Amino acid sequence: MLGKLNWSAIPLDQPIPMITSGVVALAILGVLVWAVVRGHLPYLWEEWITSVDHKRIGVMYTLLATVMLLRGFADAIMMRSQQAIAYHSQGYLPPEHFNQIFSAHGTIMIFFVAMPFVIGLMNLVVPLQLGVRDVAFPTLNSVGFWLTATGALLVNISLVIGEFARTGWLPFPPLSELTYSPGVGVDYYLWSLEISGIGTLVAGINLVTTVLKIRTKGMNYLRMPMFCWTTLATNLLIVAAFPILTATLAMLILDRYLGFHFFTNEAGGNMMMFMNLIWAWGHPEVYILVLPAFGIFSEVVSTFSGKPLFGYRSMVLATMAICVISFMVWLHHFFTMGAGPDVNAIFGIASMIIAVPTGVKIYNWLFTMYGGRVRFETPMLWSIGFMVTFIIGGLTGVLLAVPPADFLLHNSLFLIAHFHNVIIGGVLFGAFAGYTYWFPKAFGFRLHDGLGKAAFWFWLIGFYVAFMPLYVLGFLGMTRRMQHYDVAEWRPWLIVAAGGAVLILIGIVFQILQLIVSIRRREELRDRTGDPWNGRSLEWATASPPPVFNFAILPEVQGEDAFWQQKLHSQRQDLEKREPHYEDIEMPRNSPTGFVCAFFATVMGFALIWHIWWMVVAGFVGAVATFVVFAWRDHDEYIIPAAEVARIDRANLAGRPALSSAGGA
Amino acid sequence: MSDTTIAYPSSDPRQLRSTTGAAARSGPASKRVVTGYGFWIFILSDMVMFSAFFATYAVLLGQTAGGPSGRDLFDLRNVAIETGFLLASSFTCGLASIAAETRSAIWFQLAMAVTCIFGLGFLAIEGSEFASLVGRGAGPTRSAFLSAFFTLVGCHGLHVSAGILWLLTMMAQVFAKGFRADIQRRILCFALFWHALDIIWIAVFTVVYLIGSAR
Repeated sequence: MLGKLNWSAIPLDQPIPMITSGVVALAILGVLVWAVVRGHLPYLWEEWITSVDHKRIGVMYTLLATVMLLRGFADAIMMRSQQAIAYHSQGYLPPEHFNQIFSAHGTIMIFFVAMPFVIGLMNLVVPLQLGVRDVAFPTLNSVGFWLTATGALLVNISLVIGEFARTGWLPFPPLSELTYSPGVGVDYYLWSLEISGIGTLVAGINLVTTVLKIRTKGMNYLRMPMFCWTTLATNLLIVAAFPILTATLAMLILDRYLGFHFFTNEAGGNMMMFMNLIWAWGHPEVYILVLPAFGIFSEVVSTFSGKPLFGYRSMVLATMAICVISFMVWLHHFFTMGAGPDVNAIFGIASMIIAVPTGVKIYNWLFTMYGGRVRFETPMLWSIGFMVTFIIGGLTGVLLAVPPADFLLHNSLFLIAHFHNVIIGGVLFGAFAGYTYWFPKAFGFRLHDGLGKAAFWFWLIGFYVAFMPLYVLGFLGMTRRMQHYDVAEWRPWLIVAAGGAVLILIGIVFQILQLIVSIRRREELRDRTGDPWNGRSLEWATASPPPVFNFAILPEVQGEDAFWQQKLHSQRQDLEKREPHYEDIEMPRNSPTGFVCAFFATVMGFALIWHIWWMVVAGFVGAVATFVVFAWRDHDEYIIPAAEVARIDRANLAGRPALSSAGGA
Repeated sequence: MSDTTIAYPSSDPRQLRSTTGAAARSGPASKRVVTGYGFWIFILSDMVMFSAFFATYAVLLGQTAGGPSGRDLFDLRNVAIETGFLLASSFTCGLASIAAETRSAIWFQLAMAVTCIFGLGFLAIEGSEFASLVGRGAGPTRSAFLSAFFTLVGCHGLHVSAGILWLLTMMAQVFAKGFRADIQRRILCFALFWHALDIIWIAVFTVVYLIGSAR
């Protein structure tokens, strides 16, 4: 009846997961009770859960990412403290638990923090920057988000029911095969990533189509803001890379569930094929994460230097070059496979070449700042912190791209230090810069400045204290994923690294405080102009938060930095405030399709993990039925009458003396 | 900055122009273009997924673990019939598209029904091939080669099955609601999907059966 599921699946004897999940369950329950008692439930359902508004979906993606960041960071600080303690001792985390923690940490941070964070920001900002009212496929957008949330939920369920994978964030066979991982841990991993992978693919298709097909008048490719370009490159990579992940994990699923022999030791299976396939997705994935961050930095640096982006066209070229080359370097993740010196040399050189366009970008940002009137607001601090940190991470990456050096350093803490150096210093700093930069656009008030700066400094210093020792430890020969060790000279460095994690924790506390304080003081932080940073691109041309239709009248773009030109123009011409001609606007209706579909996907995923076959069928039928019902509805759009548009737009324009209309100029 | 307008007035050489003209000058593209374009992107991603299975098949082709190889197993006569069915179904699917274009409900339903029958015939032959292989002890668990074979061909078969479900839904929608604009867009996507499956089948035919039976 319930497949493999029974009471022994709940780890009642392990205090850490039980207490943690108890607290989390209480918190969720508390939020639910609060929402019900205060009567917020209809609001949440109508305005958020069923929303197909790209801005709302973007916010929900970002919220998911920040919540999961806390989970992933909890794992991180457990690992750091375990390794600080576990010299000649077992520490406080037993091996099977420690292995689950590092696996969950990597999986969560990549798939459920970094990915939703950047996808959320792209969703929020890109249609605004393109000067349009929506993305290409609003309902599918909602489906994509909720499927991502399903994946995150399944990973977290594994904390209470059953176990998570102990194989690391990529389940390398044969360890991940049924013979060596008989439990449900790997299955949790596989199904949550298959389901959220579909969500990511949907998001990718949606955003590619949006950038290529839905732009306002005059928004040529070479007038698009840099963030739109990096969004395009990132989502092209998603479309080209995520199907490989889906296929690869499907093969591992077939191995585990039906006794196939793709990656097994016996019957001709080839486990190195898994390495090739997974990294053919995995290396582009690195750029899927970091390219949007590059876009954010481009926007931020240009805005806060008060200058157009230096070398815009070279930036476009560099972005697209990275997009292509990122598919030609995957083998550097396993130089030690034994492919031979020729193959290793080719991939080593390709890996070094990809540093060239990245270097071009760094110089472009520096030259954008050069001669500009630089304002050191919080987003700018994150950007400068990024540039310094990312260069170090990039250089250690080039070092690892040298096959002989890689033979010594691979799988050591040097590697761990390198990729945290680029992912924290690149992706996460970028996400935080974007979060601070676009928060006023999403909510209509700024984040508290002082607390944001404090968070930045603790993060930055904490990062260096936590990860520079790991480079040293790599040279001292410490391999990754060690539950305990008996080398005396490693210990001081591990204690320092744990201290760094504590500094980062303080940074996170400041970020939470910043959010709370900003919400409480939102009236004094209110932005009535829609343009709090003196911005350059079209997202600042509308109110904060923007109306559901974004622009009352679609703007017409005359060149790069469209909004900056609009502002210059209206100053120069001293335009008479002419009332524009408003028209009816057609917008997509909200739909519970995404949420309902994800509900059934959750049921199905859980049932597959525990081999509850009747429930699998029920979940599948439910998900398909949801789509048919959605396809059957007759009215998928509603009209906002011109008078209503005019009323909203007049109210928004009242706060912005510089502009005659969002669309005019 | 203002010179940018003059510098590249039509700087969109790769505009991927739609029937409505350059998106840059006319603003957002029409819904039909957006839907079709997005679906093309989906098909490309689907082909990437298939390419992973193709690559796997190529790697594992010789890994028969002492079991039967493609030469022992594949019956090219059956495969030729399958191919014929699928190609014929693509033709009738094209007829259905034309019927939808001319809003002829009868011809649309007829052509779709024939497409469906060809598709079901294809699936029946594939199913019996799979059943006979498993019956002869050459199931997917026998060797890595057979795992790759069943997965690649089975994945295509699953796509055809999903396509048939979609086809029936479209027939029902046209029956219930007529040729509404959104339903026309879905018919367009369905046709793209069905033809794409044909393209993938050509590759399956070549890589799996022709090259496979040479081994």
